[in-house]
Amino acid sequence: MAIFSVYVVNKAGGLIYQWDSYSPRAEAEKTFSYPLDLLLKLHDERVLVAFGQRDGIRVGHAVLAINGMDVNGKYTADGKEVLEYPGNSANYPVSIRFGRPRLTSNEKLMLASMFHSLFAIGSQLSPEQGSSGIEMLETDTFKLHCFQTLTGIKFVVLADPRQAGIDSLLRKIYEIYSDFALKNPFYSLEMPIRCELFDQNLKLALEVAEKAGTFGPGS
Amino acid sequence: MSRQANRGTESKKMSSELFTLTYGALVTQLCKDYENDEDVNKQLDRMGYNIGVRLIEDFLARSNVGRCHDFRETADVIAKVAFKMYLGITPSITNWSPAGDEFSLILENNPLVDFVELPDNHSALIYSNLLCGVLRGALEMVQMAVEAKFVQDTLKGDGVTEIRMRFIRRIEDNLPAGEE
Repeated sequence: MAIFSVYVVNKAGGLIYQWDSYSPRAEAEKTFSYPLDLLLKLHDERVLVAFGQRDGIRVGHAVLAINGMDVNGKYTADGKEVLEYPGNSANYPVSIRFGRPRLTSNEKLMLASMFHSLFAIGSQLSPEQGSSGIEMLETDTFKLHCFQTLTGIKFVVLADPRQAGIDSLLRKIYEIYSDFALKNPFYSLEMPIRCELFDQNLKLALEVAEKAGTFGPGS
Repeated sequence: MSRQANRGTESKKMSSELFTLTYGALVTQLCKDYENDEDVNKQLDRMGYNIGVRLIEDFLARSNVGRCHDFRETADVIAKVAFKMYLGITPSITNWSPAGDEFSLILENNPLVDFVELPDNHSALIYSNLLCGVLRGALEMVQMAVEAKFVQDTLKGDGVTEIRMRFIRRIEDNLPAGEE
């Protein structure tokens, strides 16, 4: 999938809709002998790789499972601390699966309001008069496209850097929002969008946009 | 009426009589529910406001109208694009105040009032007051506090229907970033 996620942010910076493409993320499973040759640390209720990269395991990856049993945040499936488990040589050999941690709902809320402030900063720090906020943010692995309406709603799409046709997708999402969120009499403004028709039509629009294809090293 | 998906920018045809009849039924029901016309006028204005805050998104999503930089430009957009899009009419703009903060919309024909005759016991009723609420709600969403009111009405024997628009102030709080 070349479109990774969609965020709709209200004018107060609150996240009112979020969608992710469910492409499987790369995971790496490996059997280790004592002592572990990776340095692990606890961070935000997750056990992450702090140092040591090999065999598909990367710094920042989280421990997802131990001996095939999914971990629960910083605890093993049977309630022990994940960090203490590799310190005990009696537990070896041990099979550990690593992968990029998925964003929690809270993290998505935080990131949406963080982008809200970044957008405003981009406008305020502009050397030119009458500048908009951030409309496109590029990294080596994705591009963030943002369209803010005159009423202050932000539509944010994260896509592959080479994905074409995002501008028309953003306007299409605005039309879908206007049709299937605001014209639903039981949808309250500024609140999270839980409208089935909005979901369905957004997915259709995303399928159409993906067929726009990719081009060049970046637009 | 089931909605066709992917409407795009073309407008959707609908019998204007169904719209007129629906509005008429709404007004007569409000007149039955409330003792006096002032309360009916308030309810129509409130309903219009709630419609307007949502309709503005539909309008902006489909019309490609950008930021208006003064009230004259706003007047043009309201009369030539918005009324045309939703009611199929183009009011004329007259009676500008010297400061440019007031104007009148003259409606030769108002689709809301087709077939309507006001009975004598509703002399204070502003039949199309929903339109004033719509205008106020929509403009509030693009940071303009305005007052909209009927100053002439063909239903009351006037020659034309006139909506007087007055710019009160720009709503500065919660201005979207990059829109100063």
